[in-house]
Amino acid sequence: MSCERMESRILSYVDGRLKENERQDVEKHLAACSACQLRVEEFRAVSGLLDELPIIEPSPAFNARVHALVAAEPPRKQDWWAWLHVSPRIAFAASALLVAALWLGFMGRQHNQQLPWSNPQVADEQMMQDLPVLEDHDVLSNFEPLKELPPPVQADQTSDSQQM
Amino acid sequence: MSRPSETSPVPSPPPCSEPQLSENKRVCYSVGAMARTDVQLMLDVKAGDEASFELLLHRYRTPLVNFLYRMVRNREQAEDLAQDVFLRVYRAREDYVPSAKFTTWLFRIATNLALNSVRDNRYQRLEVSIDAPVTVDAEDGDERPLDVPEKHPNIEQHLVEDVRKKMIRHAIDKLPEKQRAAVLLHKYQELDYAEIAKILSCSESALKSLLFRAYEALRVELAPLVAQQAKNHG
Repeated sequence: MSCERMESRILSYVDGRLKENERQDVEKHLAACSACQLRVEEFRAVSGLLDELPIIEPSPAFNARVHALVAAEPPRKQDWWAWLHVSPRIAFAASALLVAALWLGFMGRQHNQQLPWSNPQVADEQMMQDLPVLEDHDVLSNFEPLKELPPPVQADQTSDSQQM
Repeated sequence: MSRPSETSPVPSPPPCSEPQLSENKRVCYSVGAMARTDVQLMLDVKAGDEASFELLLHRYRTPLVNFLYRMVRNREQAEDLAQDVFLRVYRAREDYVPSAKFTTWLFRIATNLALNSVRDNRYQRLEVSIDAPVTVDAEDGDERPLDVPEKHPNIEQHLVEDVRKKMIRHAIDKLPEKQRAAVLLHKYQELDYAEIAKILSCSESALKSLLFRAYEALRVELAPLVAQQAKNHG
């Protein structure tokens, strides 16, 4: 291993974070390189010096200030899907209802498609079958059956009958 | 090497069955709650559990305040930034997805805030005069004028220790911000290289190079202390 290669491993070696085979490689190099050996000792010394800095504790009011900041936050946004977590039974019932509604809608549409007037081709065929009747002018010009209808009620007659 | 949270353990709370907030806002933590991972706690916070947020606050307030204090060198500012970090975590709870380690996410927020703060304050630092109140070197955070040595049997020893700590702090302060953040995360938070690389948005090899250069700079800056330390251990 070269001294340059050591640069990326020296700190891991000092921290004891190297894998076993990597550690052996480093130690092999150190045994033959006094400069790297000195650097390892000095890095260890630096690490030891950094340990000397004391730890500070947060001030007693720290938590209270965090609580105050959190309390000042606007209320939590209502999650649209929150009801799913609240009541799985209601969620299941609603889902079943939705599926049933969709199924009924789909079936109804299929049924409509079977009716002759919903399909233009079927409607045309039906009209072609009825064409002889439609083109029969004798039938169409015969108003006799209309005379058999009861006479229309006059407005005056109805008002007279109401007054009486 | 030791974690800050381990070297300064928080007082052990009295046993209780469920985590709960009492009237004076002191928190009881059950053993089960304490054993939950950060990600589990954060997912509970997402589900609306305020006590889990309290646990995260309890777990990370000291490491965060220490990290930020060493970054910005001002205790009050460090606490403000740490509070901001917790507020951002709370705000982000609804969108939280455990795609990375919680500490990576937490310290990424903290590092970004610290780097912004350091850059903002770079040209606002005032020269310290002998009669001006100083806070920069007060590890305990008390504002006090520069100490004039008193006649005391241990004063020389205290003075030596004080000078030594000041040298170490000064050496850390002199590092470029990114190198400083890398050293602090590596040394005091004991995060692994992959995590630190994610926090600093760089590759692992770039991080190793960054750390090497930082340690080289510290070695040079602290040469007298390093020689003494190496001699003591050698």
